[in-house]
Amino acid sequence: MLYNEPSPLEVKILTRRFGLPNSQSIDTYLATDGYKAFEKAIGMSQDDIINEVKASGLRGRGGAGFPTGMKWSFVPRNSPKPKYIMVNADESEPGTCKDRLLMEYDPHQLIEGILIAGLAVGSQQGYIYIRGEYRYLIEVMDRAIDEAYARGYLGDNILGRGVRFHLATHSGAGAYECGEESALLESFEGKRGNPRIRPPFPAVAGAYQCPTVLNNVETYCAIPPIILQGGAYFAGLGTPKNGGTRLFCLSGHINKPGVYELPMGFNLMRMINEVGGGMKGGKKLKAVIPGGSSCPVLKADECDLAMDFDTLAAAKSMLGSGGVVVMDEDTCMVKALLRIMRFYAHESCGWCIPCREGTTWLRKLLTRFHEGMGQASDIVLIGDLGKNMLGRTFCPLGDAAALPTISIVEKFRDEFEAHLNGEPCPYENRSRLVAA
Amino acid sequence: MTFSPELEARFEKFLTKYPPERKRSAMIPMLIYAQDEVGSMTDELIAEVAKRVGVTPLQVNEVLTYYSMLHRKPMGKYHVQVCTNISCLLVGGEELWRNACKKLGIGHKEVTADGQVSLEEVECMGACSWAPAVQVNYDFYHDVTPEQLDKLIDGLAAGKTPAEIHGVERVNP
Ligand SMILES: Cc1cc2nc3c(=O)[nH]c(=O)nc-3n(C[C@H](O)[C@H](O)[C@H](O)COP(=O)(O)O)c2cc1C
Ligand code: FES
Repeated sequence: MLYNEPSPLEVKILTRRFGLPNSQSIDTYLATDGYKAFEKAIGMSQDDIINEVKASGLRGRGGAGFPTGMKWSFVPRNSPKPKYIMVNADESEPGTCKDRLLMEYDPHQLIEGILIAGLAVGSQQGYIYIRGEYRYLIEVMDRAIDEAYARGYLGDNILGRGVRFHLATHSGAGAYECGEESALLESFEGKRGNPRIRPPFPAVAGAYQCPTVLNNVETYCAIPPIILQGGAYFAGLGTPKNGGTRLFCLSGHINKPGVYELPMGFNLMRMINEVGGGMKGGKKLKAVIPGGSSCPVLKADECDLAMDFDTLAAAKSMLGSGGVVVMDEDTCMVKALLRIMRFYAHESCGWCIPCREGTTWLRKLLTRFHEGMGQASDIVLIGDLGKNMLGRTFCPLGDAAALPTISIVEKFRDEFEAHLNGEPCPYENRSRLVAA
Repeated sequence: MTFSPELEARFEKFLTKYPPERKRSAMIPMLIYAQDEVGSMTDELIAEVAKRVGVTPLQVNEVLTYYSMLHRKPMGKYHVQVCTNISCLLVGGEELWRNACKKLGIGHKEVTADGQVSLEEVECMGACSWAPAVQVNYDFYHDVTPEQLDKLIDGLAAGKTPAEIHGVERVNP
């Protein structure tokens, strides 16, 4: 069962098997070009594979948008240590629900992408770190891995071609921070998910201090189409330096929320109006979080832009993880920020003080403010706390909390001021967002 | 400490997934699967997992307190988790949460007196496009209406299994 109707505007590359009968099974996969890219890659050199990925313009789908081919080229070739392929399936950025579908409907595409990454860097072992809440997907992936072993696509001598690769799932146990790459690796090793200082980066010293390729689920899923149809083809689907398609997760006050695969650079207003069916109840658009709760928000009049990494960066926001959260005119932005801050304060691992204290004090200040007990000076204080956290925390979770704060205080100052009359939230009676 | 044969088989598989000198990697997966059977992170369980992965119980305890899904006290037979994070908040997640608390007379991470149902207000569970979302143990419920959550909670509190409650179905396979 698909969770939402597809849109005719979609360009289905990574999601093309979604909705096929038994799309999880290896037989369906093999009948639809499955594992052909892997077979092709066996005949390619490591450099050829990496160059093809570079040519595709693929950038990491986990949030930061780092060029994938370049990341792979950082793995040392002559290291005597084993090398690992690590899959980030921790998917916990609020607003993001796409890796779930990629695993649920097409687990073999992910396995094939991992296998090709293994060939590219000379790794023989991979792990998929799946958030603990996605238990059913651990089962889906385990079954697919078993099938791949049974059919000779995993093991000591894959397809009799002398390739060795082993793959296993690994369950998390509830922690947003474990999606951050270095915290993920700590957690994988059976420790608290505290971040590591970098450099060294995972490409040099990752799992067990060995060279490790660490990418998001969707990033790996893009690899088979890139190898099969060529990097240039994939690059051509998107905008310059922003190759391919991406799964956008539309949520909030729109008529047709859902996950849709669209070309990189697709216009955000068209995404809301044409793909997402427009604003619910004919309400006016107020703001959009363009790529998960960590991103600076866009005001309605800033939303006529191309959704790619560079355009969003130029607009002082981020494309992030693909979670597009749409908010209508009745939304209380103070309340929205408060909820986001409750999340970051809860998820801050406590390792560094600016993040632990910054998120906690922001949560307290925003709670008080939203309840009508704020003072005018608090508005400045909230913004300053955000600015002082930005760039000063051990890992980017602090930035993730600071960026929405700074942008909401700057862009929606009037809404903060409207909370200064000693009464509870002025949106309370108009909106679905009532006081906490 | 003895576990079911299924769990023992799973543990054995976990311990072979990682390099032999890296058994500690199996700790968190072992804890979360064991919790499903044992009910919570008991001292006995902690000591047993510590022994099997070659660390001290203190080291296990230090790790498990970090993870929100690992509980030191047992949750209900049915652990109802309501997401109130941003996408769910915008479409009624908070009302769902408040209604659930009121209906059961319990709050965050609390359990009904008979141990049947517990509640937790949770962070984004990866269902934002089909919000508001609820999880019961590991099963997902999408686009949940207040009426559906009422029905679900009433049914669970009355001792029914989720499959016996009609009009509100889990979405995952
Ligand atoms: C606090 C925090 C949470 C993150 N959570 C995730 C996540 O859940 N999934 C993910 O793929 N990347 C997440 N990331 C990004 C990862 O650190 C890393 O950049 C990414 O997995 C690399 O893969 P990519 O290059 O394919 O995007 C997170 C980063 C931070 C700072
Ligand atoms: S915000 Fe509720 S599932 Fe993502």
